[in-house]
Amino acid sequence: MSEAAPPVTRPAPTRGSNTTLVGTLSRYAPAISLIILMIVFSIISPAFLTPLNLFNVMRQISIEGLIAIGMTFVILTAGIDLSVGSLLACAGLVAAMVAKGSTASSFSLSGETVQGYGWFAAMAAAVFVGLGGGALQGLAITKLKVPPFVVTLGGLSAWRGAALMISSSGPISGFDADYRWWGQGRLGQAPIPVIIFISFAILAHVVLRYTRYGRTVYAVGGNREAARLSGVNVQRVLLSVYIIVGFFAGLAGFVLSARLNSSEAVAGIGYELTVIASVVIGGTSLFGGVGTIFGTVIGSVLIGVLINGLVLMNVNSYVQQITIGLIVVLVVAFDQFAKARRLK
Amino acid sequence: MTEPLLRMTGISKRFPGVMALDDVSFDVLPGEVHGLLGENGAGKSTLLKILSGADQPDSGAISLDGAPVTLRSPPDAHKLGVVTIYQEFNLIPTMTIAENMYLGREPGRAPFISWSAMRDETARQLANLGLRLDPMALVSDLSVAEQQMVEIARALSMRSRLIVMDEPTSALAEHEVEQLLAIVRDLRARGLGIIYVTHRLEEVMRVCDRVTVLRDGKRVGGGDVGDLGLDDIIRMMVGRSRAQLFTPLGERTPGAVVLRLQGLSSVRDPSRPHATILRDIALEVRAGEILGLAGLMGAGRTEVARCLFGADPSAGGEITIDGRRVTIRTPLDAIRNGIGLVPEDRKQQALFLDLAVRHNLAITSLGALTRGGIFISDSAEDELVETYRKALDIRMASPEARIADLSGGNQQKVVLARWLALRPRVLIVDEPTRGIDIAAKAEVHQQLDKMANAGIAIIAISSELPEVLAISDRIVTMREGRVTGSVLRRNANEETLMQMMTIDAATFARPAAAQGASA
Repeated sequence: MSEAAPPVTRPAPTRGSNTTLVGTLSRYAPAISLIILMIVFSIISPAFLTPLNLFNVMRQISIEGLIAIGMTFVILTAGIDLSVGSLLACAGLVAAMVAKGSTASSFSLSGETVQGYGWFAAMAAAVFVGLGGGALQGLAITKLKVPPFVVTLGGLSAWRGAALMISSSGPISGFDADYRWWGQGRLGQAPIPVIIFISFAILAHVVLRYTRYGRTVYAVGGNREAARLSGVNVQRVLLSVYIIVGFFAGLAGFVLSARLNSSEAVAGIGYELTVIASVVIGGTSLFGGVGTIFGTVIGSVLIGVLINGLVLMNVNSYVQQITIGLIVVLVVAFDQFAKARRLK
Repeated sequence: MTEPLLRMTGISKRFPGVMALDDVSFDVLPGEVHGLLGENGAGKSTLLKILSGADQPDSGAISLDGAPVTLRSPPDAHKLGVVTIYQEFNLIPTMTIAENMYLGREPGRAPFISWSAMRDETARQLANLGLRLDPMALVSDLSVAEQQMVEIARALSMRSRLIVMDEPTSALAEHEVEQLLAIVRDLRARGLGIIYVTHRLEEVMRVCDRVTVLRDGKRVGGGDVGDLGLDDIIRMMVGRSRAQLFTPLGERTPGAVVLRLQGLSSVRDPSRPHATILRDIALEVRAGEILGLAGLMGAGRTEVARCLFGADPSAGGEITIDGRRVTIRTPLDAIRNGIGLVPEDRKQQALFLDLAVRHNLAITSLGALTRGGIFISDSAEDELVETYRKALDIRMASPEARIADLSGGNQQKVVLARWLALRPRVLIVDEPTRGIDIAAKAEVHQQLDKMANAGIAIIAISSELPEVLAISDRIVTMREGRVTGSVLRRNANEETLMQMMTIDAATFARPAAAQGASA
């Protein structure tokens, strides 16, 4: 078969908007901000840059960081999950119940007669609650076509209510040492929650970056219609991300109860904001399709460092909340601006 | 000699890269229905936008009743008595007829609204047009025709002198068309001027007094309908000026029938209210054949492509591929059966603008690129991208470049490559060269030619007749959701196609064009 002569080669028509100031900023802004913040705090407070304090910061962020890993999947598809804090509380209580075989606290007087099922069953139960809760919400989003914001706002209320029901007799506290190890133990210098957080961050990074599934998450978030027309099962991907974030909320619920040696219905209140803030500060776009787990880790650390620094500086905790609220709005405003520039 | 109601003189409007209107002049007399005709992209929409105040001309003058005017905004135009009724209605469906009628100019002492005055006034306006509708009825409960009547009543209530109607009958049933035409004649009798934009030439013959024909942004002719025949009008509409932009592809000898479509139809879907409803579509495409699908805006070409590909639901119809009956409910079904679709709107429907070229190209091939079904092999992906970069001459800084940074032509090649990588039996390309430069258009045509020569059955949709004529072996024409004919390229020219696309096959007597039409 004779082919037409190849057309004259022209230089590649690129406009190179990746190299613009805005493009560069949006890519490295989280890491740069983190470094600046750390320098500032270490100048202001000598206690900041000590190994003890830094490990503390890492342990502080590991619970919300775990959820932020799952939230990254959700936000990459342009979704949102507001229910994570409530689901975490619910999962933590179920874990405690399973570990102790009752809803009674060992600090209360009635104990000792009931046999528990141990940390493994407890962890599995917490994860199962997370997966199940996430799946329910994912089904409501994909099958009933209710917007994620509404479904998970409902979940925010419903899971909290369920948690309050489970713990009607108060917090469930006092676990055995094996259970507590998952929240309080260390491997060498490193706290276990930090190790769990980093391990799952690496796993999630690999999934998003190197697997077929990860590609479809970016595709669905980047352009849902194009993904559908390319043969991606969009509904299945959407369902999966809510299950994933549910898994992390459940696991985090277990780790938190182990760390505090107690599960209570009011655990995790307000986590959704910190978690969403970590993801968004880490450069994941609320419009979907753009973002990385690496960014989310940086975002989580950044928020942890910020809060830690403010604490060391004796700043009122209400001011911390105001600060985080403002930062989220500003970061999203910047994302809007960057997106408008990108798509021009 | 009556003084014209509207006179537009030397109107020009340039958009980046295209002269949308070039020195267009025309006028409308009071008590006249003036048809404004032209192919897709002839400049009608731009002219309507200028008349409605939504767009400003670069040069030229507009006068009403002999007095020069400037139409700076739609409210400006309304104040001067010029109202445009668009195909996609401007009524708010969740409000009542009365609220819509007086939106923004509610009667009563501000800030309060006098509901009674609004209701009574609306009732009077509706009665004035002979409409029996409850002023308090929700617009969402009205039929398309009724909504249109309400828009006309609203226009009258604003003391309009000139009503511009954009494709007023495209969504109406036969008896509703009669009702609308009666109202148009009534408005004419009251001395209003009417600009009537339509693709339905038989309506032009029935209701218009004069016509103006645009082509490529220029006024190419016009006159009293009584002096012009349909043939004259069609000849003016198509012309020949653009034909030489496309080099015709060589003749091919198509093989066996690959795709056969019978009785494909669709129903109105509230989520896509402007989609054309398909009625009993039948098509056949052969291996190595490029079948052109031609039709004016709203003919249903894209809807056929989307239904066939499983992107939109169909309400019946039989699809066979290589003689095997297949069921297609989702795009994934279509892909598994060897069908690919290059959609009409590249940015909205095909590209992941934030992702790299390689990810855009590989999205359909992820299964083939994985090891153990999970991990994507970078080297296999590199190889895929390199293969199609060479085959289609895709020019990019690197496979990691964001697709948004490629030119339109190269983006389109990536989309083509995405499907080629699957070795499809059937490839549907909807407006494959929209928004890309002339050289790139020719390259895309060469690629389609190569694919056809490799035995792929191709359905090519284009709103540009010269393009359809340049690339197709055979052309099927559509109008309002129906197939109106099928013709081999060697027997077709722009005029015959335009006839087949604009005239109801049942009322059109010339057998050459009407062959194969559905009832």
